[in-house]
Amino acid sequence: MPILVIAEHNNASLKGATLNTLTAAAELGPVTVLVAGSACGAVADEVAKLSGTVKVLLADNDQYANPLAENFTPLIISLAEDYTHILAPATTFGKNLLPRVAALLDVQQISEITAIHDANTFERPVYAGNAIATVQSSDPIKLLTVRATAFEAAIAGNTVAEIMPIDATEDINQSKFISTELTKSDRPELTQAKIIISGGRGMQNGENFAMLEKVADILGAAVGASRAAVDSGFVTNDYQVGQTGKIVAPDLYIAVGISGAIQHLAGMKDSNVIVAINKDEEAPIFQIADYGLVADLFKAVPELEAELNK
Amino acid sequence: MKILVAIKRVIDYNVKIRVKSDETGIETSNVKMSMNPFDEIAVEEGVRLRESGVADELIAVSIGPKQSQETIRTALAMGADRGVHIETNEEVEPLAVAKLLKALVKKENPDLVILGKQAIDDDSNQTGQMLAALMGWPQGTFASNLGISDGKATVTREVDGGLETIQINIPAIVTTDLRLNTPRYASLPNIMKAKKKAIDETSPEDLGVDISARLTILKMTEPPSRQAGVIVEDVAQLVDKLRNEAKVI
Repeated sequence: MPILVIAEHNNASLKGATLNTLTAAAELGPVTVLVAGSACGAVADEVAKLSGTVKVLLADNDQYANPLAENFTPLIISLAEDYTHILAPATTFGKNLLPRVAALLDVQQISEITAIHDANTFERPVYAGNAIATVQSSDPIKLLTVRATAFEAAIAGNTVAEIMPIDATEDINQSKFISTELTKSDRPELTQAKIIISGGRGMQNGENFAMLEKVADILGAAVGASRAAVDSGFVTNDYQVGQTGKIVAPDLYIAVGISGAIQHLAGMKDSNVIVAINKDEEAPIFQIADYGLVADLFKAVPELEAELNK
Repeated sequence: MKILVAIKRVIDYNVKIRVKSDETGIETSNVKMSMNPFDEIAVEEGVRLRESGVADELIAVSIGPKQSQETIRTALAMGADRGVHIETNEEVEPLAVAKLLKALVKKENPDLVILGKQAIDDDSNQTGQMLAALMGWPQGTFASNLGISDGKATVTREVDGGLETIQINIPAIVTTDLRLNTPRYASLPNIMKAKKKAIDETSPEDLGVDISARLTILKMTEPPSRQAGVIVEDVAQLVDKLRNEAKVI
């Protein structure tokens, strides 16, 4: 069964979640990867070397410089009939794009799959991860977004796949890219980080996040936040870990001043080791933490920094 | 300009849901229901556009059982002008919701449809994008800012790693993210006033839309549970455990 994966990239390199999507796709059949972009040949070269890729379709055109769903959709539709499954990462890129494709193919997409049972049957979390649904599709083509933390990242393979240039479809001209404002940070991205230290409402203000940043820099960690911290305006939304933010599963997750609302747990409970630092010993976060420290974070975090520096 | 907002009645976000013991679904009897939080943001955005004079009519639509009318009343109390209830007792998947909304959009001819980016029950995050596709309209998803001028909408979107701003032609679909606004609480006088506002009733049959399910839920299970670990004495012990026991630093 031929499978199509839609690659997410910035025209220079592939975004990490595509690697996990490729692994999921390879469970279903031989994988063709669509790289649509502008001057994005380097991305196609990178994809061609990955284990699991058997073919790369390269649509290199100015209109694909930014991933506008209006222009990507007709391109994918023009390719769809050759495939049984079309997969994209469950990132803001894939979430924005794939349902638009699904509707025009008259397919009920399955979002954020975490396991593949067979060609028609998949697992996906619902209710903020508080239940796992096993769903079976009766649609002739399956459209799936893939939760990156549930599948390994694809690695370089032994062969290099063929790269086939394809024509762009007509520019829809309904939407125009204006600008991006990416949060600049020398730390790893939340979804890629091996270690994450996150702050919650207990941090009291945005300035206090500097304490977490110091610890993060020692550990090479990313800094995250709970929805409560984002809603309180301490940090921007792209820090948010949770049901409606980023889903992460690092080796080590340190939750500081986070009570452990269902919303937040949904985004981090698959982490390998969880540490909770909270002065309230009744906080629900302790029920899922491997190591709990009942302490005032304003004392404990500087101590943690000092101890790690020893 | 005319705005349509789509709202869903879901289990309240504060409720700890329970999986039915026969693994067929989620326990919904005697559970508090509310408007999906992202849809509240959609209503609020519509009301603000109405108040600022950008829009002259705001319609709230909900699909679901009889009780969905309570959710519509909430939107009316927040400031929507009238409601539409598409009544069905079936589970309606996002594609079918998009088809029902398309049928209504064809009837009402709004310039803008605002929806929550996802419903917190099935977490699909599909309906807005699907409606945009079926209408052939552009989409501004995961919006944290929305401006309207000269027949175009400028939408700042929450994307991984930061913000993206796009400009889209109207008519358009916008889906809301958390930071777009803070929804108001309806005041008592407005709740009373809302009782007098009209709710049109219709059905999938009336709209000529087939809502049969494409997906079968084979089973619904609890996620693997995590056991609580140990409480450490102090930071030194914590670091020691992380280094020598868990070996993660």
